Amino acid sequence: MTTDHHHPTEIAPIEARVAAIESVLVEKGVLDLDVLDQIVQHFEDNLGPMNGAKVVARAWSDPDYKQRLLADGTAAIKELGFEGPEGEYMVVVENTPKVHNLVVCTLCSCYPWPTLGLPPKWYKAPAYRSRAVREPRKLLAEMGTDIPADVEIRVWDSSAEARYLVLPMRPTGTDDMSEEQLAGVVTRDSMIGVQRL
Amino acid sequence: MTNGLDEASLPRDNGELVFEAPWQARALAIAVALVEKLGLPWDAFRHRLMNEIAKDPQRPYYESWGAALESMIVDLKLTTPAALDAAAPTERAPL
Repeated sequence: MTTDHHHPTEIAPIEARVAAIESVLVEKGVLDLDVLDQIVQHFEDNLGPMNGAKVVARAWSDPDYKQRLLADGTAAIKELGFEGPEGEYMVVVENTPKVHNLVVCTLCSCYPWPTLGLPPKWYKAPAYRSRAVREPRKLLAEMGTDIPADVEIRVWDSSAEARYLVLPMRPTGTDDMSEEQLAGVVTRDSMIGVQRL
Repeated sequence: MTNGLDEASLPRDNGELVFEAPWQARALAIAVALVEKLGLPWDAFRHRLMNEIAKDPQRPYYESWGAALESMIVDLKLTTPAALDAAAPTERAPL
């Protein structure tokens, strides 16, 4: 590869293919360029783990909300204004001193967009998708998360209709924190279950 | 914000870039807009994506996404592979 002489406007086959799909569908009047722009903007600006963090912080601060969240994730998450594609059937699974939950999609990349945004690259990789089920404890240890031997690991495969969100345990030393401060300590990885707070 | 949470303090940048290139964002938006416009369930696309990933597990994720999109619109008779060949740009449009 003579990358020094790489022409800046060269286009990869897949990029050209997607551009062709877009132009054909726009020309046919099936899609609208403004709508596509709005969707991209929405993903970039409004969807992401900050939404899930607010849900978790509310659940930690409000026992009634937590009860609703565990009973009907979709409805309770919608209370905070988060809904849409890949969020129609949300199941929230609670970590406890005895149970640690881990979320995976073994067949593709299902992920709760409204609460976590788009999945990180490793979540879509074959290694994570197969090992999360086969050897979750070892995988988590390699990702820097040691789960004590007496804690059960439950693996939730999103390939069914449900999308899962892990409700992490509230860290010690956070009793005086406001809901807003609590949201600041919640990480994306803790809501997938590959990290403990 | 009605609940007073501060966006800036939240873990927005916790992880990798959402998209590695603009065309990936377009590919995602096309799928979302298309199922919405045609009144299809998201599963109509998701099953194709699953099949494409299973067919070639090592292929980059958004290439499988593009292949799923193409198979869907061809099966829906919205276009043909030949029409896509003809519409494919040979260079990137200037910004």
